[in-house]
Amino acid sequence: MIIDALQLLFTPWNMLFITLGVGAGILVGALPGLTATMAIALLVPFTFSMNAVHSLVLLGGIYSGAIYGGSFSAILINTPGTPSAIATTFDGYAMARKGESYAAIITATIASVIGGLIGVFFLIFLAPPLSRAALKFGPPEFFWLTVFGLTIIATLASKSILKGLIGGAFGLLLSVIGIAPIEGSVRYSFGSISMQNGIALIPAMIGLFCIPEVIGMIAKKDTHYNVIPYKREKKLIRRIFFRLMKKPFLLIRSAVIGTVVGIIPGAGGNIAGMVAYNEAVRVSKFPKRFGTGIIDGVAASEASNNAEVSGSLIPMLTLGIPGAPPAAVLLGALLLQGLRPGPYLFTSHGEITYSFLFSLILANILILPLGLISGKAMSKLITGIPVTILAPFVFLLSVIGSFAINNNMADVYIMLIFGIIGFIGRKAGFSAGPIVLGLILGSICEQGLVQSILMGRAKGSAIGVFFQRPISIVMIILTVVSAFWPLIVKIKNNWRHKVEKG
Amino acid sequence: MNIQINRLTAAVLLLLGITGFVFANGDAENAQFPSKNITYIVPFNPGGQSDITAQYQKEMLEAALGVNVVIKNISGAGGAVGWSTLASSAPDGYTISGNNIPHIIAQPLVKDNPGYQTEQLEPLYLFQTTPIGLTVLKDSRWSNLDEFISYAKAHPGEITIGGSGTYTGHHIAYLMLQQLTGAEFTYIPSTGAAPSVANFLGGHTDALFANSNDLVTHNNEINVLGMGTEERFTLLPDAPTFIEQGIDMTAGIDRGVCVPQGTPSDVIAVLEDAFRKVCTDPEFMAKMEDMGMVVQNLGAAEYKAYIVKTAAKYEEILKQLGVI
Repeated sequence: MIIDALQLLFTPWNMLFITLGVGAGILVGALPGLTATMAIALLVPFTFSMNAVHSLVLLGGIYSGAIYGGSFSAILINTPGTPSAIATTFDGYAMARKGESYAAIITATIASVIGGLIGVFFLIFLAPPLSRAALKFGPPEFFWLTVFGLTIIATLASKSILKGLIGGAFGLLLSVIGIAPIEGSVRYSFGSISMQNGIALIPAMIGLFCIPEVIGMIAKKDTHYNVIPYKREKKLIRRIFFRLMKKPFLLIRSAVIGTVVGIIPGAGGNIAGMVAYNEAVRVSKFPKRFGTGIIDGVAASEASNNAEVSGSLIPMLTLGIPGAPPAAVLLGALLLQGLRPGPYLFTSHGEITYSFLFSLILANILILPLGLISGKAMSKLITGIPVTILAPFVFLLSVIGSFAINNNMADVYIMLIFGIIGFIGRKAGFSAGPIVLGLILGSICEQGLVQSILMGRAKGSAIGVFFQRPISIVMIILTVVSAFWPLIVKIKNNWRHKVEKG
Repeated sequence: MNIQINRLTAAVLLLLGITGFVFANGDAENAQFPSKNITYIVPFNPGGQSDITAQYQKEMLEAALGVNVVIKNISGAGGAVGWSTLASSAPDGYTISGNNIPHIIAQPLVKDNPGYQTEQLEPLYLFQTTPIGLTVLKDSRWSNLDEFISYAKAHPGEITIGGSGTYTGHHIAYLMLQQLTGAEFTYIPSTGAAPSVANFLGGHTDALFANSNDLVTHNNEINVLGMGTEERFTLLPDAPTFIEQGIDMTAGIDRGVCVPQGTPSDVIAVLEDAFRKVCTDPEFMAKMEDMGMVVQNLGAAEYKAYIVKTAAKYEEILKQLGVI
């Protein structure tokens, strides 16, 4: 069957579709507001008349390409091209400001390829047992996962933990706007139908990250964006490659985190990137250097979010439960081809399924040349064109991206309002990271909390359900360790100090 | 020279003639619906069942109507954003929208600010139903509906049943089951079908109201206690219906299309014919069945009667529950 699958895959048409998919994905991902989900959804109708393998390799290529492409705008204009690239902005943009934008893109490329390949490995060899394990994740576990996620704020807000917490609380508050996930009551909609939707992540994210950047471009009165222009360096790719190869654990750890978060339905690439970044900071010997523009930060986020692509496909292919929004759209395409997810997808439709899985290997490898070429062009372009053209262009993209999500002007207004909030916030020392994190985790947290209480009440104890389950207990321990980590490090250092002195 | 002039005159006359012909033709087409692009609103996200169905209809609709059909996803508030957009569009047949039951009936009944009323959406054509069934895992302590109901009667509220959303097809099926049997359960809503299936397969809820396509996908690890269909569902021939077990209920999500209220009846007739042509196409029907849906074909009048009948039923349930 494997040989059949390979024969099915290695046809000129498939090679063309994978290349097209990855290329188009990178482009869409790089444009702020145009996400992987949207790219796949837009292409699904075109695949109706294609055969199953052509259609799946094309869509898989787009998915991989778009998640990677999100790193370009994260690095170059401090705006995640897709939500998965939020954590890439932290060090990627800091590198770009030092004139190392191309180095950051190379890092993102190599890390994405390696992370992506590790993810595909799990997908091909361990999909059924992993998806079984993911099902053990119920509402109480989701609740604790989000509480754990909130401890990341301590890492994201490196300057002031207090301001980070305020930002996170603000994000959580924003997440309750709209129809309640449970019971369906409408909150803070002020009578507007559009507000019933709540604050969508994409417009809020574009507003918070992108608009302050555009205002900053204009306010600086420089003719060109970024004071230090793109500089040519010899053997840069090779140097970064060897530097990354010296940190195998960073890449493997991030990719494993990405895969695991991807498998858990409802937690996507955005959370994967931030958790991997957080763990990279925690393990590092130089946690203070994160955020100042080091390749470790970029590599952690990018290795993780590309591994998440395969992770999100694991429950989708084995159980029909998509692990992330783009996988949900892919599921629709799969069903339309008459391929029903489940165990027999791997047996009776084995050739098609495996040729799709193998195509993801090719897609990830193709990211390397396509990414390096387009990345070089992009980083030259961003520093090369005058601000008078760049600023309006980026603004235009922000408007289009926000509008395109629901074809709704209300999202554009939300984006603009968040732009102003982001600009004022940045001046006052609040970074966008914690706010967006709160917004992402808020609704997952609420759903987990209310579902758990309903579950617990039905079985007699609304509180007990949070503390009696093994995975929950592990999550609680992780949360406590994560929250008190700075303190633990301090105590450890003091102790070491004493030992050395003594 | 003369010949040249004559030739020129002939050319000019010919050109005028063609132009005249074209214009005359254009006028004739203007009088006839449709003469410009039709916008087809899908009030849900791209990639969902509503979207995929519409995308699949698109090409065949274009062939049937002779104009372009532009699909526009306007999602949000469980479809309400799209339907309120349609309700405020010009009733000329150039804006149509997918509409789902029970959504368009339940939302205006229970929401303070639904953005539209059921009557504002003029039914055009009903083309498919996704039946809903009640299921437990194979290794569950209940092997049939009777055991399930008796346990619930002895232990009110202890059995948890998952489903997607509140006042949705799943939730209303749950309310109907409680009302018809007198048993009491606890409903655990999720924001979508997929997470509720995950909760159920992981053993976090005891039972699940699920769409037919999910039931078919997980057929070998579940035991369907009751299907919300009139007859047994073809893809799950072993699953008994509620009706044959003495519980008079059907449950499902119906999908169709509608136009704004006040659309002229001749325009409705043209669109209805086009949809009938598309939805009775064997290839279309086969695709929909592949996706786990039951193909329906109700024209405008029948669809309207169906909505009125269903609305009365829901209103009664919700009134008895004190929701409205």
